[in-house]
Amino acid sequence: MDTLLAVRASGITKCFGDVVALDGVDLEVAQGGIHGLVGPNGAGKTTLLGLLLGLAVADRGSLEILRTPVGRALAAPDGVAGFVDGPGLYPSLTARQNLAALAALRGPGAGTAGIDEVLDQVGLTDVADDRANGFSLGMRQRLGLAAALLTRPRLLVLDEPSNGLDPAGKRHVHGVLNRLAAEGTAVVLSSHRMDDLEALCSEVTILATGRVVFSGPLGKLAAENRELDYRIVTSDPAAARRVAAGTPGVRIADDGAERLVVRAPVPALDELVVRLVGAGVAVRELAPVVSPLEAAFLALTDQPQEDVR
Amino acid sequence: MTTATAVAAAPAARPVSVRRVYRFELVKLVSQWRIRLLLLACWLGPALFVAAVGRQSTLPTDTLFGRWMHATGWAGPLVTLGFAGSWALPLLTSVVAGDVFAAEDRLGTWRHLLVAARSPRRIFAAKALAGLTVLLLLVAGLAVSGAVGGLLAVGNHPLVGLDGRLLAPGDAALRVLLAWLCALAPTLALAGIGLLGSVALGRNPMGLLLPALVALVMQLAQMMPLPVGVRLALPGYAFLSWNGLFTGPAQLGPLLIGVAVALAWAAATTLLARLLFLRRDFTNPAHDGSGRRAVALGVLPLAALLAVTVGVLAPAAGGAGSGIGQDKVQRSVATAFAHLYRLQTAELNRPDVTEEQLRATAACDKGSSSVEPEGPGNDWRCVVTWHLPGVDATGTAVYQLDVAPDGRFVADGDGPKEVNGYFLVRTPTGDAPNPLWQFDGNVGLLPDPSKG
Repeated sequence: MDTLLAVRASGITKCFGDVVALDGVDLEVAQGGIHGLVGPNGAGKTTLLGLLLGLAVADRGSLEILRTPVGRALAAPDGVAGFVDGPGLYPSLTARQNLAALAALRGPGAGTAGIDEVLDQVGLTDVADDRANGFSLGMRQRLGLAAALLTRPRLLVLDEPSNGLDPAGKRHVHGVLNRLAAEGTAVVLSSHRMDDLEALCSEVTILATGRVVFSGPLGKLAAENRELDYRIVTSDPAAARRVAAGTPGVRIADDGAERLVVRAPVPALDELVVRLVGAGVAVRELAPVVSPLEAAFLALTDQPQEDVR
Repeated sequence: MTTATAVAAAPAARPVSVRRVYRFELVKLVSQWRIRLLLLACWLGPALFVAAVGRQSTLPTDTLFGRWMHATGWAGPLVTLGFAGSWALPLLTSVVAGDVFAAEDRLGTWRHLLVAARSPRRIFAAKALAGLTVLLLLVAGLAVSGAVGGLLAVGNHPLVGLDGRLLAPGDAALRVLLAWLCALAPTLALAGIGLLGSVALGRNPMGLLLPALVALVMQLAQMMPLPVGVRLALPGYAFLSWNGLFTGPAQLGPLLIGVAVALAWAAATTLLARLLFLRRDFTNPAHDGSGRRAVALGVLPLAALLAVTVGVLAPAAGGAGSGIGQDKVQRSVATAFAHLYRLQTAELNRPDVTEEQLRATAACDKGSSSVEPEGPGNDWRCVVTWHLPGVDATGTAVYQLDVAPDGRFVADGDGPKEVNGYFLVRTPTGDAPNPLWQFDGNVGLLPDPSKG
């Protein structure tokens, strides 16, 4: 299978004085895919995003963005947009003026999208003429996304784009990102919101202390991961408990009156579902207590699960 | 097996042109309320002040040309310039140049701007140019407003120079314009210091205050009895030396040196700011531009520049002296007296006499006989003598002088009452201000070439 690559990074190392922010990082991001970057604070996510945006150059390694090798000079190739450490907005300007100033910066022949169009995409049409200094964090995030969309990017780089978003804002942002990916734009985003990443990303890269500890599709992550805790709600909890106790590879982790929590790998869980149905027990709900991505994140970055749960 | 194929190549990074970034920066600056208020204040304030003073009986006589604000509209922009050099311009440069880079740190917009503009070099150039543009608009406002206010309220009349000579309105206008242009040089030096502070100190408020603080220190230094070489080497000297345009002959030496030194400081500080800015790492979250190293990189070269300038200027400026000598004071007082005597003669409707006929001379001394008649101080005393055609007797008048370290002096008439002892003279049309009662003058600080 051929994969079109928007980003190809190999052996990227970046140091700040004595601090090694990135240590031999490899990264491949497919065109038209949404790639998540996950890692604890200080793992190097923002540094990596900054390299993609041309805000810094790597000390070692090679980086190719949209098939253009990134040299020693700052600035990413055309077609890259996004933000790190929050969107940059000028509070004395309105939302529309912020975008108009950016569009003017690009010039009339730069093929920028329409200001009204991008404001509509992120759901800020109603506040287009309000000054940005009155915007909430979520509105600022959406305006930052609109600013990035203005340039019709082929690679969109976003640092924590879901911060401060209400459900409606989140829906807008997810919709925009999915549409962009469907149109062929590569999206790289970092987030601490595992539900967001699972909902959006086709692939993830997990960073810990500047190194890649996992990179690949979410499905592979789930398959590679060991046992997970699953919550099961059935029509007959007592019978379900008996069936679970008798299923190989399944251990009962918690036993409540209405629900059952079992710890099992995916094949053993599949067998349990088959046995429950065979025993005439209806399965009303089956979900991981901690998402596969979160579980993998905790396991691969040596974070204790109990603390999080 | 997965085969990786890259997508069609994107064009290499194309930085946005300086012109576009400059326009972007101007939009941001002008959208700030404080900049709008400053523009309004600079374009209206001086006119209102000059017009208001024109309608009052009290004049700001402690300010150069303040005593002539009722006589001509051209005194207004010069009074404004005196105030601007001391206070307004340092504060304006602080607010504009001192904040132009720090504002991005405060708002957290550096990365956004870099991604959009794609060239730190062009961002620096555009920011410096945008700050300069706003600063020039503010300075132009002060100058134009002061002149328009003066001309409308008082009128387009001749201006009395610092040697007592009457300058025709056209000549006065040209010299006022030149004086403001000369004041641009130290303003640019302060703006460069502002840029440097803004880049080197990041969010630290000291960056914003730096131009005002430097200007304050320079003002204090100018009040000290420093050697002339040191005085001329300070980048703010041209805020004072424009006085030399209003003497005859014009004291161009100190003025040109002051302008050149200020421009050298403007260039050096701007280059240092650019160097620091281009060295900055915008992905390091702990780095906001400030730091001991940045401060050292900014301060040490400027200290070296000051030392070199002093080293070059000190020998040419006559070594460690103050530049204020007995001969210079006597010549200045006598010249100004002769010109102003003619003015008083005209007011009193008496027959005109020329300066050559008057042959005015001054004998000046400082303090007691044990004190060397040299240097600044308010203990100078001059006795002026003059002659009138066809009159054998010699006229004498006494002045007490307060000579400032920068060479400016105020001569206060001490009698006789009919000549310089009273602030009014009785003219055929009523009482009028006595031009010989008090007058301002200026002593050139550089060695007099005619003296060999």
